[in-house]
Amino acid sequence: MIDFLKHPWPWYIAGPLIGLTVPLLLLLGNKHFGISANLRHVCAACFPAGISFFQYDWKKEAWNLFFIGGIFLGAMLASKWLANPAPVIVDPGLTGELAGYGISTKGGLLPADLFSWSSLFSLRGLILLIGGGFLVGFGTRYAGGCTSGHAIMGLSTLQWPSLVATIMFMIGGFLTANFILPLILQL
Amino acid sequence: MSSSLIKNKPQVTGSSANESLDFEVRSLDTICVNESKQYHPWWHNLKYLAAGMLLGIIFIKAEIVSWYRIQEMFRLQSFHMYGVIGSAVITGVVSVWLIKRFRIRTIYGEPIVFHPKKFNKGQIYGGLLFGAGWALTGACPGPLFAQIGTGATVVAIVVLSAVAGTWTYGFLRERLPH
Repeated sequence: MIDFLKHPWPWYIAGPLIGLTVPLLLLLGNKHFGISANLRHVCAACFPAGISFFQYDWKKEAWNLFFIGGIFLGAMLASKWLANPAPVIVDPGLTGELAGYGISTKGGLLPADLFSWSSLFSLRGLILLIGGGFLVGFGTRYAGGCTSGHAIMGLSTLQWPSLVATIMFMIGGFLTANFILPLILQL
Repeated sequence: MSSSLIKNKPQVTGSSANESLDFEVRSLDTICVNESKQYHPWWHNLKYLAAGMLLGIIFIKAEIVSWYRIQEMFRLQSFHMYGVIGSAVITGVVSVWLIKRFRIRTIYGEPIVFHPKKFNKGQIYGGLLFGAGWALTGACPGPLFAQIGTGATVVAIVVLSAVAGTWTYGFLRERLPH
């Protein structure tokens, strides 16, 4: 059993389990799956600065902060006790491309050459981590949701604005990964 | 901090009556209106912590938090992420249909309510920008927190930058096309 849990789970197990988060949160207390809203709650709690967008009772949304705290803890437990002992498998095409930029795919789920404190102080690491993070925060709020709020919760309730948002996520990601990211990784 | 919050409360109720406010601003008010009239002590939120933990474990075990899986998705090198998101949506659609069909209530016996999302141009511009950030960081907001849990502590900086991005949006939103 533990052996089975330690292998990477296939999509047809993980996907339906993630989908069940939608009814789980609804049944537990009418909560709507949407993680990027937490970034707004942090702004409302810590830096409202008189901006009307951040003037609301964020404490009523505290459940969502507990929820992301749980994601952090669950990820920590799974990496500690359910970690896959084998190295991560990466598509050979991607491995070859990354090798050209001096990025090794050996090791964990994230490339250490990009996701480390020393990388943060290199130009490409700075653009990737600070720039990428900024776009995630700005873009999700501008779009009114992220992969959980639009792609999963929005599509589950058959809302066409969420379908538009999801298609735009994919177009933005497709263009960036194929045409912009290679330029950044060359730096 | 707490005194400034109390001061803000009348502003919130006052602004919900203002028709000029759009969905993003109203959404939190409507959630508040429809939310339970019952007030629970803080430890009731621990059930959401438990739900989050299950999701965090799935995020790691299905390697959704992996930068490589996201790159493979956008380069059409792997079906994995399409399978995960697609089957999650199908499960969600069926669950929501069952909840509506059988009028299933919450564990507190309250009816479950859904809010329609309104279309605005933000879903296009914001969607493209978020997609770009997703491709760079290899994470959407949920997996960001899971990435820190794997021990990649530098991702805390990515989260802080995302908070800064959200704040900048709040600061500029009156001047942005919607």
